[in-house]
Amino acid sequence: MIVRINGIDTEVEPRPGQCLRTLLREREHFEVKKGCDAGDCGACSVLVDGEPVHSCIFPAFRAEGRSVTTVAGLGTEADPHPVQRRFVEAAGFQCGFCTAGMVVTASTLDEPDLAELPQLLKGNLCRCTGYRAIEDAVRGVVNTEKPGDGPSYGRSLPAPASARIVTGRERYTLDHAPPGLLHLAVLGSPHPHARIRAIDTDKALALPGVVAVFTHADSPSTLFSTARHENRSDDPDDTLVFDTVLRFKGQRVAAVLAESVGIAENACRLIDVEYEILPAVFDPEHARDPGAPLLHADKSAESRIADPARNLVAEVHGGSGDVDAGLANAAALVRNTFRTQRVQHVHLETHAAMGWRDHGGRLVIRSSTQVPFLVRDELAHIFGVDPDSVRVFTARVGGGFGGKQELLTEDLVALAVLATGRPVQYEFSRSDEFTRAPCRHPFRIDVTVGADRDGILTALTVDVLTDAGAYGNHSPGVMFHGCGESVALYRCPNKRVDAASVYTNNIPSGAFRGYGLGQVVFAIESALDDLARDLGIDPFEFRRRNVVMPGDDFVAAHVEGPDLQFGSYGLDQCLDLAQAALRRGNGATAPADWKVGEGMAAAMIATIPPRGHYAQTSVALQAEGTYLIEVGTAEFGNGTTTVHTQIAASTLGTGVDRIVVAQSDTDRVGYDTGAFGSAGTVVAGRALSAAATQLRDTIRTIAADLTGTPAPECTLGPEGVQCGARFVALRDVLAAAGGSLRADGTHDGSVRSVSFNVHAFRVAVDEATGRVLILQSIQAADAGVVMNPHQCRGQVEGGAAQAIGSALYEGMRDDGAGTIVTDTLRNYHIPQFADVPRTEVYFADTHDALGPFGSKSMSESPYNPVAPALANAIADATGVRMRALPMSPDRVWRAIHRARTSL
Amino acid sequence: MDLPTVTAISRPRTRADLDLSGPGVAPLAGGTWLFSEPQPHLSRLVDLTALDWAPLTVTDAGLEIAATCTIEQLTRAALPESWTAAPLFGQCAAALLASFKIWKTATVGGNLCLSFPAGAIITLFAALDGEALIWRPDGSEYRTPVTEFVTGAATNVLQPGEVVRSVGLTTRALQARTAFRKVALSPLGRSGVVLAGRVDAEAGFVLTVTAATDRPYVLRLPSVLTTSGLTAALAERIPDTAWHEDAHGAPDWRCHVTYVLAEQIRAELQ
Repeated sequence: MIVRINGIDTEVEPRPGQCLRTLLREREHFEVKKGCDAGDCGACSVLVDGEPVHSCIFPAFRAEGRSVTTVAGLGTEADPHPVQRRFVEAAGFQCGFCTAGMVVTASTLDEPDLAELPQLLKGNLCRCTGYRAIEDAVRGVVNTEKPGDGPSYGRSLPAPASARIVTGRERYTLDHAPPGLLHLAVLGSPHPHARIRAIDTDKALALPGVVAVFTHADSPSTLFSTARHENRSDDPDDTLVFDTVLRFKGQRVAAVLAESVGIAENACRLIDVEYEILPAVFDPEHARDPGAPLLHADKSAESRIADPARNLVAEVHGGSGDVDAGLANAAALVRNTFRTQRVQHVHLETHAAMGWRDHGGRLVIRSSTQVPFLVRDELAHIFGVDPDSVRVFTARVGGGFGGKQELLTEDLVALAVLATGRPVQYEFSRSDEFTRAPCRHPFRIDVTVGADRDGILTALTVDVLTDAGAYGNHSPGVMFHGCGESVALYRCPNKRVDAASVYTNNIPSGAFRGYGLGQVVFAIESALDDLARDLGIDPFEFRRRNVVMPGDDFVAAHVEGPDLQFGSYGLDQCLDLAQAALRRGNGATAPADWKVGEGMAAAMIATIPPRGHYAQTSVALQAEGTYLIEVGTAEFGNGTTTVHTQIAASTLGTGVDRIVVAQSDTDRVGYDTGAFGSAGTVVAGRALSAAATQLRDTIRTIAADLTGTPAPECTLGPEGVQCGARFVALRDVLAAAGGSLRADGTHDGSVRSVSFNVHAFRVAVDEATGRVLILQSIQAADAGVVMNPHQCRGQVEGGAAQAIGSALYEGMRDDGAGTIVTDTLRNYHIPQFADVPRTEVYFADTHDALGPFGSKSMSESPYNPVAPALANAIADATGVRMRALPMSPDRVWRAIHRARTSL
Repeated sequence: MDLPTVTAISRPRTRADLDLSGPGVAPLAGGTWLFSEPQPHLSRLVDLTALDWAPLTVTDAGLEIAATCTIEQLTRAALPESWTAAPLFGQCAAALLASFKIWKTATVGGNLCLSFPAGAIITLFAALDGEALIWRPDGSEYRTPVTEFVTGAATNVLQPGEVVRSVGLTTRALQARTAFRKVALSPLGRSGVVLAGRVDAEAGFVLTVTAATDRPYVLRLPSVLTTSGLTAALAERIPDTAWHEDAHGAPDWRCHVTYVLAEQIRAELQ
């Protein structure tokens, strides 16, 4: 049949059960994205005869004789569609993975539609932006600046990839099709705890198109962790590529490699497995009980599990002062238990990797990862090969939020490539994300806080239990970090921290934006709100009396060493800015009969993960007067690439248009620990700043020597060096240097500073239905010198939106026996356009002594204070304290109902 | 998503060609749900849109809506001015989680046959005394009220080989005054409670409760009652076991909110 695709009549032969999305992608229309493959997210939107449809649920055969227009057919980088231009000018994206569908949908909207945007955009989900910038793009608001003259740092320049992203030209992980590409599908365990007695793969292997079937018989025996860190000993080695014991429902049992995904999936259903069902434990409160089923009793001390005989992954106990005395001296005391739920990251690009052997026979992996270097090193470890024989790189990554600090696809692709020598792809479905990828750790937090009559804290204790799920990936780190800055934020002489993380037969938990802090911050900030209320002290004022200040130690389970310092301090400003904005109001009024309340919460975060985060960067002058910068960290919507070009350009006295970036490729660029812990600006950026500074000085020295001018009188500009009255062109500098001029810069992630965020809300609550309406949302952030104001605002807004999702809507529901029942986006509600208010964002005016150009990280942290600020506003409105997330209308209603009926 | 086990599409042009017999066969209308979930049990799809049914037909009796009428066609229907129930069409469509893009291909028959509690097209049909016309594989046909068509969450009376041809709404119902309420766990999220009320001279006060319950419940009351009368009627007609539980709301909340919204509808229609 003939389909006209972007104006070109194309002969296609769709399979009977094929959807339009895969038909287009098979024709290398990679601009058509897969976010959910189920019609929920809209990333695959295209026009059919001018009408927008979700191509993933549009039967391909129905495109016969019709005209299909993708985002790439709307316009080009040189000649963009007006909507594409607006998305660039408004910076209406972050990772950009939803953008193709967003632009296609927006291109169909007329002026009168603008009043209906919540309805009209409910079929387009964005996980990064919080939608404000998208609305600006739709309405034609310009948020970005033109590069122009002068230093570029501190200015709202657009992301370098903007024009490619909005026109569908930017390549993501799977937007590449090597000839002969094979596909993997995985058979997941139907049981939460079972031993494989036997696997029969004969029928699967006999299916035409099947190339190989892999089982535990093919698995390397090296234990590892899917979590990746600079120090591989941070996480317990408790995982195999294929295990004979299955510890959660959905865990890999076998994998089929075939000529198509469909054949591989069909073949998975032909694998016969005999299971021995084992007793399971699902409640973390009972995981350490005597007699509880043990998940990893077979592991030795080399696995670094705290106590496999008690399902204990890790624990921490510590404190300072005398808590009993502190409590005895308290005029008011609050003691409460808080719970947080399982949350999925829902980065729009699912986990995916493809691999092949290069001409030299080396293993090459193209992956959707935040940590290409760590993946390379661990693949070499698992498969017992030299790291130099492995190359891992990323294209642009479609969101991560911590979820891609895990090795979930690359090991299987590597195994298949090493076994067959063929190019191989493995792509998670959206349901795989809910049933196979790690989620945010559920926490139970007991908090006790006491204060004297003046509202000065006398005691602060937390007792935390986290559900690691079936594997210990990130569980020690999340537990430690969760109990770190959350507790250290307060100056209190008597503190106690007890925490444990335990194995259960639930889906594994992993790294999620905030890395444990958000969970404990929810509990502590909620308890402090009650304490302030009991004492009749304004919550902002209560914070002012108790937060740490420069000169104080950072104290949680232990006293932090000199590696963590106040490189700057803007918490006082954040409290003032948020409170002033709340007092100012915004004119929004509550519906009649709804109760109105205000709430706030504060959060602190270290700007860099502890114990080493390394970046090796370089800057090289090129013949055409441009600079090539090489950075190892990956771009996944965090905007670090934009900031890196600004850092380099500002240091080298040139424009960002003259900065060429090579990044996140273990073959091409220097080592980087990776894009996590909010390190992209403060580690890689600082390393880059050092490299650029050295190169600038070298260029000046060369020019000074050429002209006989003292170096201090030489100024580097875009075209060359002005040396007094004389000018030396960059090409002459390069020639004088022998045709090659390059400088390296490194940073080791130490010493670290702290960032602050304060969020405030005014909400209305409908007590009859439990609905919460956000009337005003405010976040004040201390990010040091803000390198790119609009982009940083986007990080704050996006963090706030993701946190509003966690606080009000999202929850991975299970059946109590290891099965996740919310495994699609229609049953797991991430914020839509309609759900997210415009958050007023204010920045503290600080200059950090440690970060490049005085900057601090601002990526994870905006998420952390949001849930407690909302809970505190709901408490203010209703008098009812919500102690579990999400605070969905049914739960809010029930809590109010119970409080009212028990009076 | 691709349905890799599907190896054939049938495109019948006439009823005589329509053959849904055999294992692994399913009717395909818009496909917006069918292609949204794995369907490993299916091998052949029968494309009902090939039958080319007129989406909407105004008859002497009222309105006949083909099963393959899209949600968009339904919301854009040009209806006689005297049909005061018309706003309910758009209200019910907007209550769907599906976006306007999906309305372009999703069909009313698909929504009805999925028989999900949150299927707001079912609300529309139930509220307006819709009757489904069902084709039997033997060539005969029968009509059944939509309220009896849906028997539970994702279950209905359709037998193997049967297909919904259309749904008829009566002029009397279409000329009624209506009121509509939806509440979900998020402002535009998948519905937790969807209620439609209708007042007409003959039928009195008709209150349709959907989404909150595992199937539609229609209360036919002689008149718009007092609050206490309505509360009593709800308690009497909707059994405790009917309140639906899923990710879109707890049963106790759905029950409570139903009473709240029912009272709002009563007050609005009084």
